[in-house]
Amino acid sequence: MKAIRNILDNIKPHVEKGGKFHFLRSTFDAVETLFFVPNRVTMKGSHIRDSVDMKRTLIVVVFALVPALLFGMWNTGRLHFEAIGEITTFWPTFWYGFFKILPIIIVTYVVGLAIEIFFAQKRGHEVNEGFFVTGMLIPLILPADVPLWMVAVATAFAVIIGKEVFGGTGMNIMNPALIARAFLFFAYPSKMSGDIIWVSGMSKGENIVDGFSGATPLGDALVGNLDKLPSPMEMIIGTIPGSVGETSVIAILIGAVIMLYTGVASWRIMFSVIAGGLIMGLTFNIVAVNDYMALPAWQHLVLGGFAFGAVFMATDPVTASQTNKGKYIYGFLIGLLAVLIRVVNPAYPEGMMLAILLMNVFAPLIDHYVVEGNIKKRLKRLKIVQKI
Amino acid sequence: MSKEIKIKKGLNINLFGEAEKTVFELAAKQYAIKPTDFVGVFPKLLVKEGDVVKAGSPVFFDKYRENIQFTAPVSGTITEIKRGAKRVLQEIIIEADEEIKYESFGKANPCDLKKEEIIEKLLKSGVWTLIQQRPYSIIADPKAEPKAIFILGFDSAPLAPDYDFLVHRHGEEFQTGLDAIAKLTLGKVHLNINTDLPGSKVFTNSKNVQINNFIGPHPAGNVGTQINKLDPINKGDIVWYLRPQEVITIGKLFFEGKYDASRVIALTGSEIKKTTYYKTYIGASIEAMINDNLKQENVRCISGNVFTGTKIEKTGFLSFYDYQITVIPEGDHYDFFGWLLPGLHKHSFYRTFIAWLTPKKKFKVHTNLNGGERAFVMTGQFEKVFPLDIYPMQLLKAIIIEDIDAMENLGIYEVDEEDFALCEYISTSKINIQSIVRKGLDMIRKEMS
Repeated sequence: MKAIRNILDNIKPHVEKGGKFHFLRSTFDAVETLFFVPNRVTMKGSHIRDSVDMKRTLIVVVFALVPALLFGMWNTGRLHFEAIGEITTFWPTFWYGFFKILPIIIVTYVVGLAIEIFFAQKRGHEVNEGFFVTGMLIPLILPADVPLWMVAVATAFAVIIGKEVFGGTGMNIMNPALIARAFLFFAYPSKMSGDIIWVSGMSKGENIVDGFSGATPLGDALVGNLDKLPSPMEMIIGTIPGSVGETSVIAILIGAVIMLYTGVASWRIMFSVIAGGLIMGLTFNIVAVNDYMALPAWQHLVLGGFAFGAVFMATDPVTASQTNKGKYIYGFLIGLLAVLIRVVNPAYPEGMMLAILLMNVFAPLIDHYVVEGNIKKRLKRLKIVQKI
Repeated sequence: MSKEIKIKKGLNINLFGEAEKTVFELAAKQYAIKPTDFVGVFPKLLVKEGDVVKAGSPVFFDKYRENIQFTAPVSGTITEIKRGAKRVLQEIIIEADEEIKYESFGKANPCDLKKEEIIEKLLKSGVWTLIQQRPYSIIADPKAEPKAIFILGFDSAPLAPDYDFLVHRHGEEFQTGLDAIAKLTLGKVHLNINTDLPGSKVFTNSKNVQINNFIGPHPAGNVGTQINKLDPINKGDIVWYLRPQEVITIGKLFFEGKYDASRVIALTGSEIKKTTYYKTYIGASIEAMINDNLKQENVRCISGNVFTGTKIEKTGFLSFYDYQITVIPEGDHYDFFGWLLPGLHKHSFYRTFIAWLTPKKKFKVHTNLNGGERAFVMTGQFEKVFPLDIYPMQLLKAIIIEDIDAMENLGIYEVDEEDFALCEYISTSKINIQSIVRKGLDMIRKEMS
């Protein structure tokens, strides 16, 4: 600890203003604050400050994502070996997925952090930790076989267009991780949808066992093959094809518990997304003109990316509604729209991504009307006083 | 008709260093009046170094409101007039006499006086400066018509002194003060107490006031919270407020005909060997209190509490409105992986640190920022510690973009920086929120004048 401090103290003068390596200032900062909480003391206002900081808050989210990540790695391997008809034990299965997904994570972080550090240096800010979470979310919402160059392009697009043009973390309008996914979805649809991309190795088409279908439950449901849907138990445990982190509802719930217990994510949003999805599902049940509409409403919650979106994507504090009342409305509409798009729109099997992105855009409007209510109350009070 | 109000949102922090309930006489030689204690006052000096003053002699007045003058809290000789950058007046230091000599302002029963006579007496003696007003938290305007006057009967801040202990045996002076104050408004005089704290007979026996009971965590004791819950400020409204020892000073002005600036104050904080109460006068030097009484040297001395107090030197002076000195360790050290380790001894509003499991535990806090400054990211957190019917985040953003209309609409007249102190404490983004609020208030005040 002393040794690390000494090394950092030796480098510091060179990256300070006027130093030879000043252009590395932000990089140094990022490394230094990773090891040490700085020695800066309060100069204005409250003399004491909470022990929490942005790093602490966001690392909790990363921890919460770990169960989904680990399950995703194992499931990637499991599906692969099932597709080629091999039977293996736990560890080879896990390692297959691990080495499939680790490169995606590395590429995401390297590209994203490089861009973040570049902008931080340009603006003279410290590097913001927002990408801690985004960098972990992006690999979890992609299929395991996605080409790495696509990951790089999507990440760059998401960070620059989705975040930095607005001023960086805290200023962005839409969830950067979902922007990355939406970018790939629309730019390279053949790699982002269909029946063969979800199982690792399947798109190459070698050694696939006859009759093995890599279709996701959502893909099946959309074309009316509801009889092919896996059992609800399988969907809850997550042994089904899908994006890396989205399949296991159990793993996602562990993450949800961590985030709700620590108070990092809003229970209001999670609760209302689920409520919205259920109510839309029940509405379909009532009118049910086809099999998909008749699907029990609760099963929508365990299908596709609904659970993952509700827990990790909709709750992003920057892009969600900021008022407590607004959060209920925002979440409810996400759940509603996600199921609506999923069932009614023939072009997109999954509605969660688009529902969240759409509501991200409307979140400030929702807040506007909530705050307006408070303003009206104040004006009314003033008028009553003036009358007297 | 008294009211009982429960405050649910807020936060109490248990800190080491509460004051023991014994009172010592403080033998301070020096006292100071600090013009920087008064928001928006532009001081014009009436004395020079070497002048001899009595307690109650004018020392300076406000250039913009000439009838508001500031008087010496003790008698003695002006030894030093300290100026800071741009010759801004910092401190007027008085070397006190052994025995305090008082200017005489004449005894009177406030019940027999008219409002104008009371105001004149208060202004002349400098006691008027003890009355503050909302909005803006400036010294009250003698020409204004306050819709109510609030007397804060308790303090909910960390390590705050016990007000019962401060006013003990001053019931008569307190009542005289209340009688005078009651004449200043056509509205109500509210005396707000907290029955969860040891109650004071001085308060509960008071007449001529409405006694209200506020129960709940900090900031239940803040004037902003109390006004918002009882009689919220609309645009154009004015509310005056003061604390119990100020009321006693006013009482003594009528009772004894002199400006008695004596105060009982609490010396608190984890770095003090013997935390206790002291009897002294407004503006006392803290040197005698903390001499040989510090556990270590690298400390921050604060006049006031850890949230809203003023940083002062070890040879500094008690600020005008404060009843408390807090001494805590400076936090100018690096914390190895501090953001990642479990954090058993770290206080946090959030449950990301293990210390959350032991809510009753006492903490030793230091002045480290505990992180770097970021843009607003987390939402819904301020609302948990902000009991006013106001959207804190939205109001702050309106101030940052300097939108006067939005500030008014969102309720800036009802707040001042101390109301946002808890938000600042829990801010994940380490934003200096109190400065933002003061900036907004200054902007509005300029706009309105």
